Amino acid sequence: MCTTISNTAPVDGAGKGGAGWFPISVVNVGFDHATGSRFEHALLLDFADPDRGPGARVAVELDLESGRALIAALQATIEAAELSGAPV
Amino acid sequence: VPTVWNTFLTDDQSGLVAGVISYRSDVGDLIHAYLARPEGPGPFPGVHHLPGWDEIYREIARRLADHGYTVLAPDLYCRHGHGQPDDVAAMVRAAGGPPDDDVVADCAAARDWLRALPTSNGKVGIMGSCSGGRHAVLAASRASGFDAVVDLWGGGVVASPEQATAQRPVAPIEYTADLTAPLLGIFGDLDSSPSPAEVDQHEAELRKHGKKYAFHRYPDAGHGFFYYHRGIYRPEAAMDGWQKVFAFLAENLS
Repeated sequence: MCTTISNTAPVDGAGKGGAGWFPISVVNVGFDHATGSRFEHALLLDFADPDRGPGARVAVELDLESGRALIAALQATIEAAELSGAPV
Repeated sequence: VPTVWNTFLTDDQSGLVAGVISYRSDVGDLIHAYLARPEGPGPFPGVHHLPGWDEIYREIARRLADHGYTVLAPDLYCRHGHGQPDDVAAMVRAAGGPPDDDVVADCAAARDWLRALPTSNGKVGIMGSCSGGRHAVLAASRASGFDAVVDLWGGGVVASPEQATAQRPVAPIEYTADLTAPLLGIFGDLDSSPSPAEVDQHEAELRKHGKKYAFHRYPDAGHGFFYYHRGIYRPEAAMDGWQKVFAFLAENLS
């Protein structure tokens, strides 16, 4: 926990962790020491419900290039979703 | 100091006791801590290790205890709840890290707890790696009464005013004049936090204030090169670094 680079966004959805599906209320995005990947530092994405305790999270670690690819894929998918007219 | 690694005598009485205790922080909260201590009446010096409770830090606590130190490793993330260490760390990271004021209070109380033990020799050091290295420098500077400080590649000891946060309002280097304990620093030249330039800056500040310190830098090592479970592990540098740590603790805490 060396960088103090961390941002949080509110989200509405659900994530699947070790104990099955649970509602998620925030996504925390940090850049700090990696735990599960080979990187020294990584983008740390946690889809979480803080009210359920520290274990209620779906964690993903990515390098920066992967993070940019994720943003592009999300953007393209959101645009297609809006064009489709299908309800959320 | 003779070589430390693997120098036990095969007929030594060298048991240890380890487990979780709780103690009261200077801000009033009860804090969990992992305690590892040699068996027997002592006297033993105390070492207070940071930052937390990952498996490797418990192992480091037992390693130090094996070499004759009573080690208390407070769970600085205790106030955020409990779970697997990486889950708790993720929650604390999202909250901006533990506030410096809480860390100093927790460390000061741990120092007093160790010194009050009937087995204490009266000496207490503080040691940490990564954010724990920063915390060790911070706590020893703001709360006097430590006899030795070990900073293992602590990032953020040097920080610009723009990097200040609510949790970390002042960079530890700003408190250098108040540091009363000798400081050992172990760093890798390939590290980016702290960078070699930041280590230079910290060293210049220590020299300016006439502090007792020793910095050792390893050219082929980066951040966290003691961590044998990561690709950043550098065994030769790590073994030499451990030797430096034990020599420094023996010199200042015996």
